Amino acid sequence: MNTIEQLKVGEGIAPVQLPPVTPDVLVQYAEASGDHNPIHLDEDEAKRLGLPGIIAHGMWTMGNLTKLFTPYYEEGFLQDYQIRFRGMVFLGDIVTLQAKLESKDDQLLTFQVSASNQSGADVLKGKAIFRLAQ
Amino acid sequence: MYEAAIGKRSERVRNVIDRNKVKQFARAIGDENPIYVDEATGASSRYGSNLAPPTYPRVFNYGQIEGLTLPPKGLIHGEQIYHYERPLLVGDEVYCYARVADYKEREGKNGRMGIMRIENNGEDAEGKPIFSSTVVIIINEAAIKGMNQ
Repeated sequence: MNTIEQLKVGEGIAPVQLPPVTPDVLVQYAEASGDHNPIHLDEDEAKRLGLPGIIAHGMWTMGNLTKLFTPYYEEGFLQDYQIRFRGMVFLGDIVTLQAKLESKDDQLLTFQVSASNQSGADVLKGKAIFRLAQ
Repeated sequence: MYEAAIGKRSERVRNVIDRNKVKQFARAIGDENPIYVDEATGASSRYGSNLAPPTYPRVFNYGQIEGLTLPPKGLIHGEQIYHYERPLLVGDEVYCYARVADYKEREGKNGRMGIMRIENNGEDAEGKPIFSSTVVIIINEAAIKGMNQ
């Protein structure tokens, strides 16, 4: 594995493709996070609320994305992480996580990050700033 | 509708970052990196302890903002922002509170909507900030009206 410091502007961290979303994965996230909103767990309730079906927690996808940076913990930490939720993630969707280095400024590496579905549509998008240790 | 809530905050609540809870959370986001789950890796890391993932603050109790009750339905999580002074460590005592930072209403393409920014902050026992997080919630017209009934 290369260091994160070696990355050049315009280069990315290797993307990660998640397995298709299953109900179990969302039950597990609900239990771990304490977010038991039925739109993530109950098909009937999701439909009653006008959704096509169960949707993943936005925070589940946002949480998954941070694994792109976890391997570099000895070099520093995620100082800022901001996301706009742009689309829903449904059961069976295959989400791909990406991060591209946008700028480098002293100790701060700014990445454009996104998660997209199997159709290539962004489900979330934002910025992550990794602070290199002194 | 919620303009009066701007600036209101909750009392600080003490939270302790639990090793097993961190493991459970790491598993739930598919990131069982040893820095989160293996004690020896944490001890020999530059932090001297295991870390909690950056989105872990979802787990904390931030207390209740007096007088603020959000509708149970018709809310959309629009945006989420984290800022860290340092990473969260297993065993940390984090004192958390929430504050309504802003509320606005405007006409959207599906009618009137409310946009609320809530800050969820965590600091150490001395009051030194560890992290701040902001959640932007979009409240749809039906939900705003429901609150007026």
